[in-house]
Amino acid sequence: MSFFAGARRFIVCCAIAYVLLKALFLTGLATQYVEQIVLYALVMIIASLGLNVIYGYTGQFSLGHAAFYGIGAYASALLTHVFAIDSVPLFLPVLLVAGLFTAAVGGLIGLPILKLRDDFLAIATLGFGMLVRTLLDNSDRVADLLGGSRGFIGIPRITSLELVFGVMAVLIPVTRNLIFSRYGLFWQCIKDDELASTAFGIDTGRMKSMAFTYGCFLAGVAGGLYAHLYTFLHPSNFDFLKSVDFLIIVIVGGMGSITGTIIAGLLWVGFIEGLRIVLPSGMLELRWVFIPIFLIILMMLRPYGLIHRTESRLLGIGRK
Amino acid sequence: MEFLAYTLQQVVNGLQLGAIYALIALGYTMVYGVLRLINFAHGDIFMFGAFIAYYCIAKWQLPLGLVFVVTMASTAALGVLVEKIAYKPLRAAPNISVLITAVGVSLFLEYFLSLKSIFTPNYIAFPRPFDVEAYDLGPVALTNIQIIVFGVTAVSLLLLYLLVYRTKHGRAMRAVSHNRETASLMGINVDGVISFTFAVGTALAGIGGILYGFAYPQINVFMGIMPGIKSFIAAVLGGIGLVHGAVLGGLVIGVSEVFVSAFLSSTLRDGVIFIILILVLLLRPMGFFGKGRDKV
Amino acid sequence: MMRKTLLIALSLFVLASIPAQAKQTVRIGLIAPLTGDVKTFGESSRNAFIMAVDDYSRTGKYAITPIVVDDRNDPTEGANGALKLVTQDKALAFVGPLTSKVSIPVSEIATQYKAPMVTEAATNPKVTVYNGKRKPYVFRACFIDPFQGRVAAAFALDNLKVKSAAVLYDVGNDYSRGLAEVFKATFEKGGGAILAYESYQKDDVDFSALATKVHLRKPDLVFIPDYYNKAGLIVRQLREKAVKAAVIGTDGWDSPDLVKIAGSTIIGGYFTNHYSPERKDPVAQRFIKRYKDKHGEVPDALAALTYDAAMILLEALDRAATPAAEPLRKSLEGLKDFHGVTGTISFDKNGDAVKSAVILRVEKDGFRYVATVKP
Repeated sequence: MSFFAGARRFIVCCAIAYVLLKALFLTGLATQYVEQIVLYALVMIIASLGLNVIYGYTGQFSLGHAAFYGIGAYASALLTHVFAIDSVPLFLPVLLVAGLFTAAVGGLIGLPILKLRDDFLAIATLGFGMLVRTLLDNSDRVADLLGGSRGFIGIPRITSLELVFGVMAVLIPVTRNLIFSRYGLFWQCIKDDELASTAFGIDTGRMKSMAFTYGCFLAGVAGGLYAHLYTFLHPSNFDFLKSVDFLIIVIVGGMGSITGTIIAGLLWVGFIEGLRIVLPSGMLELRWVFIPIFLIILMMLRPYGLIHRTESRLLGIGRK
Repeated sequence: MEFLAYTLQQVVNGLQLGAIYALIALGYTMVYGVLRLINFAHGDIFMFGAFIAYYCIAKWQLPLGLVFVVTMASTAALGVLVEKIAYKPLRAAPNISVLITAVGVSLFLEYFLSLKSIFTPNYIAFPRPFDVEAYDLGPVALTNIQIIVFGVTAVSLLLLYLLVYRTKHGRAMRAVSHNRETASLMGINVDGVISFTFAVGTALAGIGGILYGFAYPQINVFMGIMPGIKSFIAAVLGGIGLVHGAVLGGLVIGVSEVFVSAFLSSTLRDGVIFIILILVLLLRPMGFFGKGRDKV
Repeated sequence: MMRKTLLIALSLFVLASIPAQAKQTVRIGLIAPLTGDVKTFGESSRNAFIMAVDDYSRTGKYAITPIVVDDRNDPTEGANGALKLVTQDKALAFVGPLTSKVSIPVSEIATQYKAPMVTEAATNPKVTVYNGKRKPYVFRACFIDPFQGRVAAAFALDNLKVKSAAVLYDVGNDYSRGLAEVFKATFEKGGGAILAYESYQKDDVDFSALATKVHLRKPDLVFIPDYYNKAGLIVRQLREKAVKAAVIGTDGWDSPDLVKIAGSTIIGGYFTNHYSPERKDPVAQRFIKRYKDKHGEVPDALAALTYDAAMILLEALDRAATPAAEPLRKSLEGLKDFHGVTGTISFDKNGDAVKSAVILRVEKDGFRYVATVKP
């Protein structure tokens, strides 16, 4: 399978990480709380990777990524309910379908709005995010199960360490291969200078749409994993602030770097949860005061994020 | 006949809301005109204006005229401050970085002001220094609030028009919007003009904040988000960068929003506004008053 | 040598006997929205919780270590926090969360990890029961939406004698929705007509369109099941559009800021509530006075409810055979006639509180007690 040949190293790293973590959890050295947080971090990484493809590589500023994450979550939960699925092997096709559905929605929405320039695209995606939020809030008018603002209850807990690592072991090499293929090259060209790319004969419209669609696919899959981890969905989980979460991970980790996204995802979730432990409860609200300041300073000093366009060869992501 | 009266009343309701959107939209459009930047934090400066007005009226008991002056001065100061600290250092940076910084400023203002030691996260009752009176004009009823809103907005627009089209400062602003480099070659102090534009735009938002407080007497640190977005959409609708565009856009968005609430369902308000945005961006991206060249 | 060994043996003996006299430590948690959009409720909740722990420790059997967790009024954060509380912090039981949307996923965790939970204000029936099955470790100290909605509708029909009503509710708030639905069903069953059933969004501020619509339909009464800040704003705008109908609300109206926001327009309005600060009840009065002395303001319904929820949990802990999950659960299950700040509470077979509701009337200087409605 030449497809996986280049990713062999990465899969080995995944396996090692998995074994280590599993050992930690099984022996009780780390509690279920830690396990939950680790799984959540990995899910966030997959979703943020989608945003990285859309924005970090192709330069399309999307402020509505959480909407696609939500669509994937709701779609997958609906499917598991309708088909009464509760085991991992049967869940995989559900995840795939949810991802594809989200990608389709992304592609459809992309048709009109991807032609827009940065700032207008930002507002358009922001608007789309709010539109989806309104739809989710009213979703119980369509199907009582979806719950609307009462939330979607009773999703089976299928997400596990094995499943998440398995998904990552597939999706990250796929993303990596896409990035290193000519599509990835085109994406980065478009980010650098769209006009020049068109002059070179790159079909920018199609390439942008492709990046956007693939990014939404990743978001949808992550959403599906999230739904079956927390077993409960509420529209307020998928608002603008969540989109900002993904954006921060992509920016901090570094635009155009898969490794950066992975590291930033882990750091970010760890930081947020860590603050819960460290900060006295009176100071918790300062979190969201310092985060934007940090963001502003980051933009002034390192506008491309911490790790820009380099991949770790150690982890098997970088090119040999 | 009753249906007509109902519709007319809703139009008046919509114009009240629209007038406030227009004031905010003007700030967006003017800043975009000189800097090609969407100041995400503009809605939050509007919120800041409402809070300052609250303090003026409730805590310091200033007379109404002074309330307007103090609020406008405060929001203008904040606007210029934000520009100098957050946007100016990034003048040469890629557009996206400035956008992210704008998002950062917006979030910072919201959460910093929500701290108990600064303002408060609660909903505060905005004190109206006068009582509501309704005047029955046949099919519609007009409240004194609506009269005040229309009146103040009209006066502000007149003054703005005089500023932009009849003064040297205004001409400098228009020059910088056209072409920044050439304007600086012509001896215009571009930095000064930009700061001045921010000041005027945010002062208008301050007025919007006061009127909003009168009309919907409840303020909260997150109140600026939705009006900010809708006002921006209004500016795009009318033609971003154009003053009369912002006014028309604001009124149209206000009336549309109220109509959706009146004839469909209030829950669809925001959804319809975004659909309007998508339609505008698809069909006529330069906006109603915009000309020729594809602005987006 | 001999003396040294004797000394060591003696000190060991003393050390071993001390724990038998000191109280055993039990960790009890609180999950509340200390940050986020309802953080003022979260703070009332925390204040009351800490006060309850203090009051308990004077006479209680165990030494309580309170652990406060912030859920930001977000289901994911609530779930993470609850998991941490139960697995990492090893809390035995906890009070909260405050809202239904956080309580539902947290109740799953309580059931899975067998940690008794008493929520003070989550009113969605699905918190204690799912798919017809009761969740054994979940209890609540407040009445559920169906009860409150029925009380409001019955009061409107029987006491205020209105024939038609309009309902305005927040579509994004499950509390508001649940109440609106129950009110509509009960009102219509009782022969009333619902002339308008309109939803709005959480961030809506401009109600002029809705007010004009209500004015057109001319109902006798408007039902507004939302928090005080929204209710105040809506009633004001209704009156500005010359809507003369009576207004009635629910426990979300209970706040000293209600009249501040609505002005004189809301005077004469009614709302259902858990308790009235006027209750000539020693337990309630003592609580109100202590809270006022400590925090400088009259406690709101959230504080009172949290206090009751905490005391229910702590007193059940005393009655339990051992400080462990299963005995505590059994002890909670049989709760009967608990004399709390917000009334006399018993748990029914679903772990929901069976208690009376009160109807209050808004007056210029406060809320006047009108009636009690027994379950």
